[in-house]
Amino acid sequence: MEVNNMNREQIIEILSEVKDPEIPVLTISDLGILRAVEYADDLIQIQITPTYSGCPAMEIIQEDIRAELAKHGLNNVEIKQVLSPAWTSDWMSETGKLKLEAYGIAAPATHACFLSGEDRPKSCPLCHSENIEMISRFGSTSCKALYRCLDCREPFDYFKCH
Amino acid sequence: MDLHSNYIIHLADNALILGHRNSEWTGHGPILEQDIALSNIALDLIGQARNFYQLAASRINELEPGEIITEDDLAYLRDGNEFRNFILVEQPNGDWAKTILRQFYFSSFQLMQFRELLKSQNVELAAISEKSIKETRYHVKWSSEWVIRLGDGTSESHLRMLNAQQDLYPYIDELFIPSDFDYEAESSGAGILPEKLKDEWFQRINSTFETATLPMISEEKKAMHILSGKNGVHSEHLGFLLAEMQFLQRAYPGCAW
Repeated sequence: MEVNNMNREQIIEILSEVKDPEIPVLTISDLGILRAVEYADDLIQIQITPTYSGCPAMEIIQEDIRAELAKHGLNNVEIKQVLSPAWTSDWMSETGKLKLEAYGIAAPATHACFLSGEDRPKSCPLCHSENIEMISRFGSTSCKALYRCLDCREPFDYFKCH
Repeated sequence: MDLHSNYIIHLADNALILGHRNSEWTGHGPILEQDIALSNIALDLIGQARNFYQLAASRINELEPGEIITEDDLAYLRDGNEFRNFILVEQPNGDWAKTILRQFYFSSFQLMQFRELLKSQNVELAAISEKSIKETRYHVKWSSEWVIRLGDGTSESHLRMLNAQQDLYPYIDELFIPSDFDYEAESSGAGILPEKLKDEWFQRINSTFETATLPMISEEKKAMHILSGKNGVHSEHLGFLLAEMQFLQRAYPGCAW
């Protein structure tokens, strides 16, 4: 493929194919961790931000970004990790939240809820009952907590607001 | 090494050493969910440490050109007397109560410290704090809930909390005793004197102890300050911890996978 024919929008489109390795229904743009893309003189400069400081997925995401761009013949890529402004779950797209719920993970409440301590899912992503309780503040990854539904009795992950 | 680099390394070392201690619980937690909780907190802390070490390494490389040092050199190739962490965070895990209380003490301190560092003249330090403070807020919440649950729990869990209070008492003072790098941070606007957090910290801790039906702790000095982690004079426990944590890089320098 002719590299020079690509424009920034097409590159962003390619990047939006890159999935979060832990939650493969979400792309990095759904998650809001893709912060900036610049394309000039054949150099692609990308800024990404971690959801949590120690998120081990960041390394894989960088590799996946490079691999996805390489498929299109784009190899001159610089990826920079930025910390400020700090990621918030408010940056997750509405589509992203719907995809999460459909995948069985409750979508995050707002950042305001995080600050006020009202950090909890609205309802069970499986049966939509609001009769739920927390099992653990921490779940299978840094960004999730563990809940259970008291009606359908199923445990489920909650993507914490942050 | 200049004082400001030492200040950053102090922040990094606290996070790394407590992160490592927490990781010792992985696979040994009392129940699966709490095993996962401590492993997650370990991950957050080691991630924070990594950001601080990267910042320190780039500063050191800038100030002392020559051999390039990396975040890994700082974490894995320094000896005990070069570590600047609090004695509190290197204390052995003990039982669940002691681990919880150590976390509650440290996270409460860290939360206040990060809040102040948001205003740091060192913009990178402010950025790391902005990132980390959200994680720390969650650590405080989790650990304070456990303090209450154990303190106001059974007679056994209450007793364990009393023992934990006794065990960790001698290491509280150090949190608020300034080191030369704290004075430098204060005067350059990069950080604050820890002493300024003292009253707020005791209030925060004691208000949770009250809810947990545990005795309050006072600011009275109880310890003789022979040890000073911030100045590299550590308890014997750090050496054993480093022997485990640094083994691979010491035995196989540069090893990567």
